[in-house]
Amino acid sequence: MVMISGASSPLYAKRRRRNVITMGLAFGATAFGLSWLVLILGELLWQGFSGLSLAVFTEMTPPPGAAGGLLNPIIGSLIMTAIAVALGTPLGMLAGTYMAEYGRYDKLTMVVRFINDILLSAPSIIVGLFIYEIMVAQMGHFSGWAGAVSLAVIVVPVVVRTTEDMLTLVPDTLREAAASIGLPRALMITKVAYRAARAGMITGVLLAVARISGETAPLLFTALNNQFWSLDLNAPVASLPVVIFQFALSPYKDWQKLAWTGALIITLAVLTLSILARVLASQRKSS
Amino acid sequence: MSVASFTVPTVTHSAASAEGLHEKITVKNLDFYYGDNRALKDINVSLYQSKVTAFIGPSGCGKSTLLRILNRMYDLYPNQRATGHVRLDNDDILSPSQDLNLLRAKVGMVFQKPTPFPMTIYENIAFGIRLYERLPKSDLEGRVQHALQRAALWDEVKDKLGTNGLSLSGGQQQRLCIARTVAVQPEVILFDEPCSALDPISTAKIEELIDELKDDYTIAIVTHNMQQAARVSDFTAFMYLGELIEYGETTRMFTTPNDRRTQDYITGRFG
Repeated sequence: MVMISGASSPLYAKRRRRNVITMGLAFGATAFGLSWLVLILGELLWQGFSGLSLAVFTEMTPPPGAAGGLLNPIIGSLIMTAIAVALGTPLGMLAGTYMAEYGRYDKLTMVVRFINDILLSAPSIIVGLFIYEIMVAQMGHFSGWAGAVSLAVIVVPVVVRTTEDMLTLVPDTLREAAASIGLPRALMITKVAYRAARAGMITGVLLAVARISGETAPLLFTALNNQFWSLDLNAPVASLPVVIFQFALSPYKDWQKLAWTGALIITLAVLTLSILARVLASQRKSS
Repeated sequence: MSVASFTVPTVTHSAASAEGLHEKITVKNLDFYYGDNRALKDINVSLYQSKVTAFIGPSGCGKSTLLRILNRMYDLYPNQRATGHVRLDNDDILSPSQDLNLLRAKVGMVFQKPTPFPMTIYENIAFGIRLYERLPKSDLEGRVQHALQRAALWDEVKDKLGTNGLSLSGGQQQRLCIARTVAVQPEVILFDEPCSALDPISTAKIEELIDELKDDYTIAIVTHNMQQAARVSDFTAFMYLGELIEYGETTRMFTTPNDRRTQDYITGRFG
């Protein structure tokens, strides 16, 4: 009697064929998606690097036709991002801590989480319009402060989400262990839970920074732009995304060149942050 | 260790054998609820000073639940409540005015999975001590060393106190957790299946340790391993479906249990 072994049965052959086809489709889709990404990045690197020079980091944005750099928008972006993170991180971490530690089983937490998720995916232009309404319109002029606050509004939900997620990942057994030696709740959170979730929480902040460093829409309505060197946060402040927006749409070749270079700088900065976040996250897993 | 014959004797020894012992924890008419689900039914049991009491029974019988009442660990979670009386010496543990942090300092716990804090070996121990005492550095170091010695871990870690507690092996981590518990100077130590995640050699070490610790503490241990209960405990309580079926001296429980269900469980007929 001839036995049909599993490997040569018609059923197995059919499944194998289907597997090959599905694998092929998945591979094709990946290649299609990636190829566009490579094209975009390639163009960016090509155009951006050719304009990269020391002057980009030392000179102000030029009038059309003149030589110049991106010093004022780079500094403006750094300052506004720093303030946004300084404002948004504590708020987000405290809220996330409440949700994961104190109010994990509360209705309020569910409501906050729902609203936070909406905020997380809200179009940033809405945030810009909101801050325009409550700050710019009230103060009567565009300002760096308004820009920083609108970016902070984007930081908060990202940090809330990652803080809550990372603290939720801390096993309850660790909290019980902390409680079992008589540790009060506050110390259990700050000394044990935060420590266990630290890498993930920092990653969240880095991701928030990456997210806001490319935001244009909220800044258009708040910090606007400034052609000149200004550290006055009560006045309009230049930022890389807005300058890119303005220069890229302009008919001037020099400006377009600078826009490419600015885009390259942002991309590299975000890339660096993402790599840093990855490294931190992998450290968390191995520790 | 095995049930010698199937004639169940009618004489109980537990009452007589409890004489001369100091009752450290007394549980009376204890019920416990997860929401509406009554997980423990009218439990009455005593833990004696300097004795090891083992809780055995099939999964879900309420052994761990009972243990987690003794330090009010269930309080961390919503919708869990206990009714009845649990006294630690003369303190009512279940009283709402009970200071939970003080209670847990007196009633330490070692868990199923080793749970070192994400900090150095030294800090894992020193952290708990600093909660209650402000000591000069040299005294603190002495206390850390003493705790690690009591947990039979000192020789293995004395040269790497600065490394992360999580870098130790599972058995070492569990002994670190025991050292951490001992360092706070509790009166009672609860072991919740402390060896179920460990290899036989580490298990033997922990059992040895429990034996050494029992002179100074009141110890309760939940275990799924009947041999372990027989080896380490002086008293054994058999629980089934949320009830305490039988409680008495370990030697008697494992040779001549009174209840048919105890006998069936011990002989491996169910559970």
